[in-house]
Amino acid sequence: MDTEKQTIIKKLVDEMGIQDLVVVIGAADPEVAQVTAETVTFGDPSFAGPLAGVSLRLPVYHILEPEVKKAVPQDVYQEQAGFMELVADTEEIGKRFKEIRNRIQEAEHSA
Amino acid sequence: MSDPVIKACSHVLIHVPSLVRYGSKPSREIDDGMSPVLSAIETHLRSFEEAVTYPPNQVVIGNLHPDHLNDIEKPWYRSPVEGASRYGAYGEIMPEEEFLGLMKLADDFDLMWIGKETAPMLRGSLQTHPFRKDLDSGKIEGGVEMARILERIQNHGSLPLYHRGCVVGCMHRHHDKDDALKAQVLMENLVTKASGALALMHLLKKADIEATDIDLLLNCSEEAVGDRYNRGGGGLAKAIGEMCGCVSATGCDIKAFCVGPLYALMHAVGLVTSGLFKKIVVVGGGSLAKLGMKFKGHLAKDMPILEDVLGGLAFLVTGDDGESPLVRMDSVGKHDIGSGSSQQSIMESLVLKPLDRMGKKITDVDKYAVELQNPEVTAPAGSGNVPLTNYRMIGALAVLRKEIEREEIDRFVLEHGMPGFSPTQGHIPAAVSFLGHAIAAIKRGKMNNAMFVARGSLFLGRMTQLSDGLSFLIEKNPGGRVPNPL
Repeated sequence: MDTEKQTIIKKLVDEMGIQDLVVVIGAADPEVAQVTAETVTFGDPSFAGPLAGVSLRLPVYHILEPEVKKAVPQDVYQEQAGFMELVADTEEIGKRFKEIRNRIQEAEHSA
Repeated sequence: MSDPVIKACSHVLIHVPSLVRYGSKPSREIDDGMSPVLSAIETHLRSFEEAVTYPPNQVVIGNLHPDHLNDIEKPWYRSPVEGASRYGAYGEIMPEEEFLGLMKLADDFDLMWIGKETAPMLRGSLQTHPFRKDLDSGKIEGGVEMARILERIQNHGSLPLYHRGCVVGCMHRHHDKDDALKAQVLMENLVTKASGALALMHLLKKADIEATDIDLLLNCSEEAVGDRYNRGGGGLAKAIGEMCGCVSATGCDIKAFCVGPLYALMHAVGLVTSGLFKKIVVVGGGSLAKLGMKFKGHLAKDMPILEDVLGGLAFLVTGDDGESPLVRMDSVGKHDIGSGSSQQSIMESLVLKPLDRMGKKITDVDKYAVELQNPEVTAPAGSGNVPLTNYRMIGALAVLRKEIEREEIDRFVLEHGMPGFSPTQGHIPAAVSFLGHAIAAIKRGKMNNAMFVARGSLFLGRMTQLSDGLSFLIEKNPGGRVPNPL
């Protein structure tokens, strides 16, 4: 995740707090999506951007997960994400994102 | 009038581990001085032999077909190709000592000094190269006293040049206050000129034509030659051509981020078809700035820094010769300003529109060449598998068109795509890195056609939010036509 996007997320968190804030990732590549999701939850893994060492633990979903799909009007979803739903490995993405959300919960329980 | 052909091509790599520190990302990290970055880089650099036996590099120069990578165990850097040669059907992998010599031969302004102790070695290494007759290695001369080199580095903004861990020379700036002529920029430009010239030398040999037959050169490299009044507004085409003896040619540069080579080829086929020029070379040298771009991801995974090679390519476009694959003039796909920037609309513009125009289905194209970045370079840095995503997009278009079922996307990717193999040198992996393989396979009758689809990130320059892209198709030459008098 580039430093510009990290700056935007950090600014939103500083202004609004982490309550009621959910991050939705759109990258079609599971690896890229995972790194992006981990950056906004556990901090920048490359330690280069504003989120280096900042564990925001924001709930994170992928645009192609059923939870997000249900929350968007079907025609809008089809127009904006329908194509990428065909392109991406949605099963793999779902698996990785569930695992990240579980890790957030575990971290919160142990905190 | 018949369509023009891509008559010959060359693809070269240059292994330059000592220049990795001057890549944009490594040099910024080294300058920050927060951690011992430089020593970590140095301990993760590859030997020349490792670079030569690396399977994707063997694919680039034509000793392995891209599809063979599907059968090679990953990680590829632990699966060296046995009996690998530095020379291949489309070019070579040049070692650093030869390239430093070549850079000196490309240096018309004494910007680069070589130490007295090193100069004979560089001269000697070029004297064993197959192109030694074309290379005036005497120009390297006797070298400069090391004390003078160190003084220039210490007091005059010159940058040290290394080889095998030692300072062997330096690169000077050419103006005290001009950022476009500072040592780092001049080094980038000289690297591009020398690597482009190497690609052109190979092209002339492969095509078996005289340098004097070329009448136009189009350079599509990613450097920015110029001075403080026109940063990036200059050009390298004629500089590269001059170095290779193309005395009958003129030339200019065509820039378009990663799509540069496709725009240059589009101009070349148009100009040949118009009759304005007869033998046009499209040439691109390597990008110093992109060396080690993903090195942090590689260090984090404790793997070798794979972005230790520069790329170079060259193509010869002529009128129909009756045997080389034709570039279909009705196949050019373009991404219009008003096309929309969603992934789907970009792919529809670049793939579907031209196919519809030609009356072809998606599955009628034997192989698609997309951006062919080596995933082993990009994935560890969180950039994913670029070609795979692009192939899945074309597959998804085929599903939407009801040519295949959704479950068949993986098979479509395997049959009509290929694993990425190209170094992340911007314009070098932009589809055209498959041209050598495509031309060979079409000529041998193993393929009928191939489509080349490249996309560019115009927004990186911060002047527009637009993306870019261009595509074209080459196909088997039916022969039997009267060849153009070349």
